[in-house]
Amino acid sequence: MELAFYIAAAVAIISTALMLRDVNVVHALLYLIVSLLAVAVVFYVIGAPFVAALEVIIYAGAIVVLFVFVVMMLNLGEQAMTQEKGWLTPGIWFGPTLLAGVLLCEVAYLVVQGGGAQLEAGMVTPKQVGIVLFGPYLIGVELASMLLLAGLVGAYHLGVRTTKRMDV
Amino acid sequence: MLEIPMRDGLILAGILFSLGVTGLLVRRNLILVLMSLEVMLNAAGLAFVVAGARWQQADGQIVFLFILAMAAAEVAIGLALVLQLYHEFKSLDADALSEMRGIA
Amino acid sequence: MIQLLWLIVALPVASALILAVLGSHLPRRVVAALGAGSIGVSAVITMLIATEYLSSPLAGQAYTEVLWNWINVAGFEPHVGFYLDALSLVMILVVTFVGFWIHLYSAEFMVHDEGYSRFFAYMNLFVASMLTLLLADNLLVLYVGWEGVGLCSYLLIGFWYRDPANGAAARKAFIVTRVGDTAMLLGLFLLFTSLGTLQIQDLMRQATEQWATGSWLAITAALLLLGGAVGKSAQLPLQVWLPDAMAGPTPTSALIHAATMVTAGVYLIARTHVLFALAPAAQFAVAIVGAATLLLAGCSALTQHDIKRILAYSTVSQIGYMFLALGVGAWSAAIFHFVTHAFFKALLFLGAGVIIEALHDEHSIFRMGGLRKELPVAFWTFLIGGSALAGLPFITAGFYSKDLIIWGAWSAAQGQPGFWIAGMIGALLTSLYTFRLILRVFFGPIQTPVSKRPGYLMTVPLLILAFFALVGGAMKEPLLAFVQSTLPKMVEVNAAGMTETLSEVVAMLVFLIGLSFAYLFHLQNRSLADAAVAHPTAHVVHSWWFADWGFDWLYDKLFVQPFSWVAEINKADFIDAFYTGIARLTEAMYRALQLTQTGLVRWYAAGLAFGSVVFLALVVWT
Repeated sequence: MELAFYIAAAVAIISTALMLRDVNVVHALLYLIVSLLAVAVVFYVIGAPFVAALEVIIYAGAIVVLFVFVVMMLNLGEQAMTQEKGWLTPGIWFGPTLLAGVLLCEVAYLVVQGGGAQLEAGMVTPKQVGIVLFGPYLIGVELASMLLLAGLVGAYHLGVRTTKRMDV
Repeated sequence: MLEIPMRDGLILAGILFSLGVTGLLVRRNLILVLMSLEVMLNAAGLAFVVAGARWQQADGQIVFLFILAMAAAEVAIGLALVLQLYHEFKSLDADALSEMRGIA
Repeated sequence: MIQLLWLIVALPVASALILAVLGSHLPRRVVAALGAGSIGVSAVITMLIATEYLSSPLAGQAYTEVLWNWINVAGFEPHVGFYLDALSLVMILVVTFVGFWIHLYSAEFMVHDEGYSRFFAYMNLFVASMLTLLLADNLLVLYVGWEGVGLCSYLLIGFWYRDPANGAAARKAFIVTRVGDTAMLLGLFLLFTSLGTLQIQDLMRQATEQWATGSWLAITAALLLLGGAVGKSAQLPLQVWLPDAMAGPTPTSALIHAATMVTAGVYLIARTHVLFALAPAAQFAVAIVGAATLLLAGCSALTQHDIKRILAYSTVSQIGYMFLALGVGAWSAAIFHFVTHAFFKALLFLGAGVIIEALHDEHSIFRMGGLRKELPVAFWTFLIGGSALAGLPFITAGFYSKDLIIWGAWSAAQGQPGFWIAGMIGALLTSLYTFRLILRVFFGPIQTPVSKRPGYLMTVPLLILAFFALVGGAMKEPLLAFVQSTLPKMVEVNAAGMTETLSEVVAMLVFLIGLSFAYLFHLQNRSLADAAVAHPTAHVVHSWWFADWGFDWLYDKLFVQPFSWVAEINKADFIDAFYTGIARLTEAMYRALQLTQTGLVRWYAAGLAFGSVVFLALVVWT
């Protein structure tokens, strides 16, 4: 059953790559959703069902949906796609790919050097997560809630489209 | 549940992260930039969860939860800003917003 | 009473300090009372001390008062002390007495000036420095006074500082006297290192013990001191500053540049006469300097038309006489001439001040005339002063003092007939230019009308000084006898071929010749004077003498222009280049770094990525 891990990994990588290359924003968003779902599968396979669910519900289900809403609101159209095509010249890929590639090699080297540990066959249940969350990490929860409150207020304030001009 | 080398999980996270970096540097559309940022955050979270699963502890998943909360807040504000920018400049080009260059 | 010697110096110092700090807040009357009053009290104390000194002779005929120890390092322990003997007593009497009348005069003369308190502060500081110089018992304190008078001279010449020409004149005076001061300082160094002390009396004793007559050490030290004296007293070759110093207010010219500061050189040589006696070559140099200067300045005075400049050159010439006297060994004659000169020259300057004020700031004698009826007091006092200067026989003090010097030039131990001839020619010139001045200013038609008459504060000093210019001759024998307790008596050695009476007769003749020529050219037939000057050769000579025998031009070419040139090319020297190079390098780096501020988000993100790559590489490879 290890195969599930590797297939899901491959799907995630390929869909992310396709997302990067796509000219249409909505298509790119859909590719992103696929990538996130694949990563959710990976989570489940390595024994973390709780975050697998969270990945689907929150990441793919809320954050990306937010993206979709905004894209729909902006209503970009054909002209935007042409613009994107104009921007994505072949030459533009060289530098970033090189940089990211070097970064990847370094990370891979460090990882491989770290020794081959095996992920144990076991599951960290939601119950365990809950106990730890409301135990030692209580402060973190409160801080996260404050962060979200700040995000809420900020987003509301910034999103107000007013007749009187609001400076961002 | 399965016996997978930690190395593979981490390398997967690394690949996803580099792809995110590439997207960040290549794409000029602001929405795509934000999406690449999400990819990077996701990859980092993946690394944490893999590490947590290695030790069979909940800590990795807790951190992923926090990353998630942070990503949500960031996206909310980021998209609100994108909306304002589009309203102001009628374009989502990241390169168009380069007034803070040279001497002020 | 004699213990109050220090008060004589302390009072002007205190007054100067008070005026400097509070002067602008005090009313004019208080400022004048403080300024003139401090000198007046000093004069009174000096006179009381003088009576005490005369009535009860002191042991060794000198009184030393040590105030405090100044420095004490490695065997060098000068203290601040005052030394009163006949020489210094005579000099401080003259300085305080004449100084007081000049201060009183300036209380009215400067009353409309906005720097009233500043003027009195400077003048008081000057008197204090001059008294320090005269009363000093060691050469270091003397040098302090020396520098102090130089400073005050600078401050007072450039008193009206808003005009840059005055500042230039003050600078010139300071720089030229500085050359002399440096020579003097070197002389002090030499004296200290070879004799181990700067106490004047000890120095004189040690010098006679350790140095043979004519030894090169003595000659060098004496010549260096002569350098200082030449600078301060405006003798050849450093006489260029005194005519320009007339840019200062007239009371300053009267006090500093006629009666007191310029005689500091004479005092120095008289004080260290033992040293000069040990160095005959140096003493001869003193006489040469004196003789040459008196002729040179006399010729220049004959061509000037600014009334103050004529008097300035006259001062240079008369001090030349004093130097001549010192050079031939007629020490007390020099001091006697100093006393009489202080009175009549101060009188002449104060009178010139009255004239300039009355004619609303007119300086040229060729635009004056007929003032004898308009300003009677000024006329008579000026006439008395001028006669004293020219040596009107028998009734003026100047006659006696100048004659004594000229006689000593022939007859004294180091006298030469050549010096006598120079002195006589100088007397002729003196008579000529003095009466040229008087006849042009007071006789003839009125060219500039009188707009202001002087008040009491200006006329009373004129009268007092005129009185002393007349009766000073009676002081000759007592004064000489008095001073000879300190200075050696003039020894009449080479009396062959001349007697004192014959010398006096020749002097009288010379006076009359000068007077008649002056009358001829400047009153009877004034066009003769213009015709004489218009003649080609005469014109060249006239211009040359007018420009102080070309010394200004010479110094400009020799020193000023090369210095300016060096300063100019040094403006962009390599040290500066180093510093500007640093600045330019920083600027270049700034501009380079500026290129990274593109304002593009993706560029900054790329920077972050690049940085993390490098960092990780470091981690990987270490």
